[in-house]
Amino acid sequence: MGDPHLKPAEYDFIGARERAEAKRKSAGEKLTSLEEAVARVRDGDHVGVGGCLFSRTPMALMREILRHRRRGLTLSRNLTCNEGELFMAAGAASRIVTAWMSIGLPWGVSKILRHYVESGAVALEEWSHLALGLRFRAGAMGVPFLPTLTMLGSDLVGVGGLKTVQDPYTGETLAAVPALFPDVALLHVHRADRFGNCQIDGYPHMDADIARAATTVLVTTEEIVSEEETRRYPDRTVIPGFVVDALVHVPFGSFPHECYALYEADYDHFAEYTAAIDARGPAAVGEYLERYVYGPPAWSDYLDLFGGERLALRAKRAKELTR
Amino acid sequence: MTERFNAAELLAVIAARQLHDDTTVFAGVGVPLLAAALAKRRHAPRLTMVIEGGIIGPEIAPGRLPVSTNEMRAGHRATMLPGITDAFLFAQRGFVDVGFMGGAQIDQYGNINTSVLGPDYWHPKVRLPGTGGANDIASLCREVIIVTAHEKRRFVERVDFVTSPAWLRGDDSRRAAGLRFGGVSRVVTTLGILGFDPDSKRMRIEATHPGVSTDTVRGNTGFTLLEAPRVEVTEPPSDDELAMLRALDPERRFLGT
Repeated sequence: MGDPHLKPAEYDFIGARERAEAKRKSAGEKLTSLEEAVARVRDGDHVGVGGCLFSRTPMALMREILRHRRRGLTLSRNLTCNEGELFMAAGAASRIVTAWMSIGLPWGVSKILRHYVESGAVALEEWSHLALGLRFRAGAMGVPFLPTLTMLGSDLVGVGGLKTVQDPYTGETLAAVPALFPDVALLHVHRADRFGNCQIDGYPHMDADIARAATTVLVTTEEIVSEEETRRYPDRTVIPGFVVDALVHVPFGSFPHECYALYEADYDHFAEYTAAIDARGPAAVGEYLERYVYGPPAWSDYLDLFGGERLALRAKRAKELTR
Repeated sequence: MTERFNAAELLAVIAARQLHDDTTVFAGVGVPLLAAALAKRRHAPRLTMVIEGGIIGPEIAPGRLPVSTNEMRAGHRATMLPGITDAFLFAQRGFVDVGFMGGAQIDQYGNINTSVLGPDYWHPKVRLPGTGGANDIASLCREVIIVTAHEKRRFVERVDFVTSPAWLRGDDSRRAAGLRFGGVSRVVTTLGILGFDPDSKRMRIEATHPGVSTDTVRGNTGFTLLEAPRVEVTEPPSDDELAMLRALDPERRFLGT
């Protein structure tokens, strides 16, 4: 435990600054396909994932990465849901940086988490919810660390190699949470114009910070709006176009996870998924990958497995819940 | 315990009574959120709930209890959605009076483990889901109240891993680690209410539920409990409290059977 687990590239603010300076910061066209967007992800990349648990997960982008059979990825996400399980079982992720992992309280402790972490096949590096949020924020700010009062004194300190700093003014001890500059950010938003100006409704989660912290930013959106629409409500834009490298129009792009006010998560699907794992163990996730990830070529083929009626019902429920 | 209520109902009612009007509470989903919602409806209308999904001031609609802190139900009629990081920063700033937490494994100084069982973090005997926001709540709220079933296997002398810090190794160790504020004040359990010795910070019995002896509490605890100078007996949940609580969870999603 301790320093060996710190990854200097993750908080190298000078290198991150140089990459940002070198980046093509275009106000031009960003629209592309999932396949073309995901071609930017390389084996071994650190991938920051937007949304939280089963809310606004960039599922279409993640599915495409699995279809590209990437290896040795690190995924960082505050609360990791079954998308993390898919990356473990597919052999795509060798390290998960998170505050919590399982589907959610009603579904119990994840058996897939247990299988891959207890065997040592996947390293799970745990930070507190706020500490990980501040890691993304430090990245978004372009500084190497942020001082905070959280995570001190706990055994989490030794897991990720957190260091402390003495306040030069009062002499108090604070945690110095290291920045996290992911290679790639994966985000799903409610609407964007074709130049990549993105707007999010409801819970903002950490998407805006992750976008600014990352080197390469890939976004899917429920809706493409006109440039005029963006200019009419610029106060709602949380990610500016020049930060975004690729944008893909993917309705229901988080499904079976939720997208605030647009569709509810498919809890029945979670129940079927966990029932299969209860019955057949981790092999059930392999079967799931064949059926939902490797099998259907396009996202629309994937959605067809659920059927229009099921999607419409989830959309109706979301409207009721946010009325 | 009588048959008028089950363990979850007892915990929720006793926990709700710990909350006061004109305060703020950080509450996790499940029994803690039910307890906060009950307090707001019954005796603390000016209580504000903060939920770690980045939600301030939600109203918990009966039959629409959230199953996660990030799903749409959690933000029902909220007054602000600042995002996760900023919700916790309100606590760091000192705006959150009480943190309500559950516990997997808890020790004699109130430290909680929700990360790993076994001595080696990287090769755990059992991998648990992790801290989520629990470490932050334990570090940053003015006061923390733990709500948990009272079982010997949960109440251990020393946790395998300190996920959420309470009084660490007792005495002044919390302060010495840089945790300038807060700490666990009470542990509400199915057998009674536990507190901490003001000096040594070791856990002690402060109240028992009706019909529960201090010997029973000790027998269900894996370490030696101290005793407050005067051990009180709690008031059992009233019909009124139970009716209001049950109305919040008609599907018995968290109250169970």
